[in-house]
Amino acid sequence: MVEQQIWQYAPVLILLLVALGLIGGMLAASAALGPRGRRPPIKDSAYECGMLPVQPGGGRFAVKFHRVAMLFILFDIAVVFLYPWAVVYREMLAGQAPAVLGGVLVFVGVLLVGYLHAVRKGAFDWRG
Amino acid sequence: MTPTLEFFLFSALKVVAAASVLMAMVAYTVLAERRISAFVQDRIGPNRVGPAGLFQPLADAIKAFLKEDFVPGHVRKFFFWLAPVLVMLPGLLSLAVIPFGSRLGSQPMVIADLNVGILYTFGIVSLGVYGIVLAGYGSNSKYPFLGGVRSSAQMISYEVAMALSTIPVFMIVGDLNLSRVIGHQAGGWSHWMVFQAPLSFILFIAAAFAETNRLPFDLPEAENELVAGHNTEYSSIKFALFFMGEYSSMIAMSAMTVTLFFGGWTLPVFGLDQPAATWAAGIAHIAVFLSKVALMVCLMIYVRWMWPRFRYDQLMDLGWRRFVPLGLANILATALVLWARG
Repeated sequence: MVEQQIWQYAPVLILLLVALGLIGGMLAASAALGPRGRRPPIKDSAYECGMLPVQPGGGRFAVKFHRVAMLFILFDIAVVFLYPWAVVYREMLAGQAPAVLGGVLVFVGVLLVGYLHAVRKGAFDWRG
Repeated sequence: MTPTLEFFLFSALKVVAAASVLMAMVAYTVLAERRISAFVQDRIGPNRVGPAGLFQPLADAIKAFLKEDFVPGHVRKFFFWLAPVLVMLPGLLSLAVIPFGSRLGSQPMVIADLNVGILYTFGIVSLGVYGIVLAGYGSNSKYPFLGGVRSSAQMISYEVAMALSTIPVFMIVGDLNLSRVIGHQAGGWSHWMVFQAPLSFILFIAAAFAETNRLPFDLPEAENELVAGHNTEYSSIKFALFFMGEYSSMIAMSAMTVTLFFGGWTLPVFGLDQPAATWAAGIAHIAVFLSKVALMVCLMIYVRWMWPRFRYDQLMDLGWRRFVPLGLANILATALVLWARG
């Protein structure tokens, strides 16, 4: 039974349970052990270096962050595609060198065109 | 004892041992950081509690537990409680695939020898961004929110660079399993990946600093702009968990670096290159691995106190305009060199 591949993940599950138990235990212990102080209204307000908070937290923020998130998804997927290729690269070099080398040149070439387009459109210009 | 029972028993033993060692290392890395920073700045540092301040982590822990566990009224309660858990989890979970020794008796010294190895690690490491973003969102306060947003953009940017940087290593090894990566580096200093793929190492270590939010990339908690960033509204052990999370991912990243680039538990002297045949050799392998990790951690601490912080636009510029093209060029160069060698 333990030879099956899926069982290799059983120790990861054990680790997850141990980690959750550890962190949960720490949070519970701290909540139980710590003193209960008074609760004046000023203590419940957001901390801004002793100033009274001037506007609700988490208001508007720059759209640039959203742009980075989109670029990340595009590039990270492209990078993940390179992993299977990296694993078989040396094996395939022996017999099918043009296919495995040419293939990645085309792939990276397409990626590069997209990247250069993003650069020219100013997608990485943080100050703009 | 049936093989199934034995498998679960030994897995549980290894999990508990690895988690305990990690927590102890976290405690003493904090102390090391304080002592080294004191040394760098010509101060003395904490040396009162126990001999040479060795019981300081214990005192810190007791203090963190005994502080008031205050949840301010303006926070989003569920996410406020969830965030410290999610910050702490990735550091612990990424231990699973890292071989911390060859074997003791008949047991391989790795919690789960997954064939997807590095992909599991990248998956777990990228979960770290949730903890920080949710801390910012859950705190419902200005500075934590800005810290969280900044941090998410930084971590995902450098994740691309990190994933690109390691590909040449796996082209050379031809396997994603980390035990195979170590096996490939056995047999001589020059077999270590840091010498076979130096540019990969430089890109990886820089991205590792950015992923763990260490200086020179500690923009998420730039204290002179953002109070303390994402952990501003936290107190008691929830505040301590953010630091334990940072230090455990720092140790996990050091362990990854050692595994990928510095030969893991191997050492090309005294016949320590081969999987251990005796218990003594098995223990020596674990000691070698832990020493290498400790050296990497000391490097990360040293860099923190020696370097200034990048400006945010410089940080994004470095990630997207330098590291991404360099990483792609590195992959193509490695491909061509391997092809030319035949």
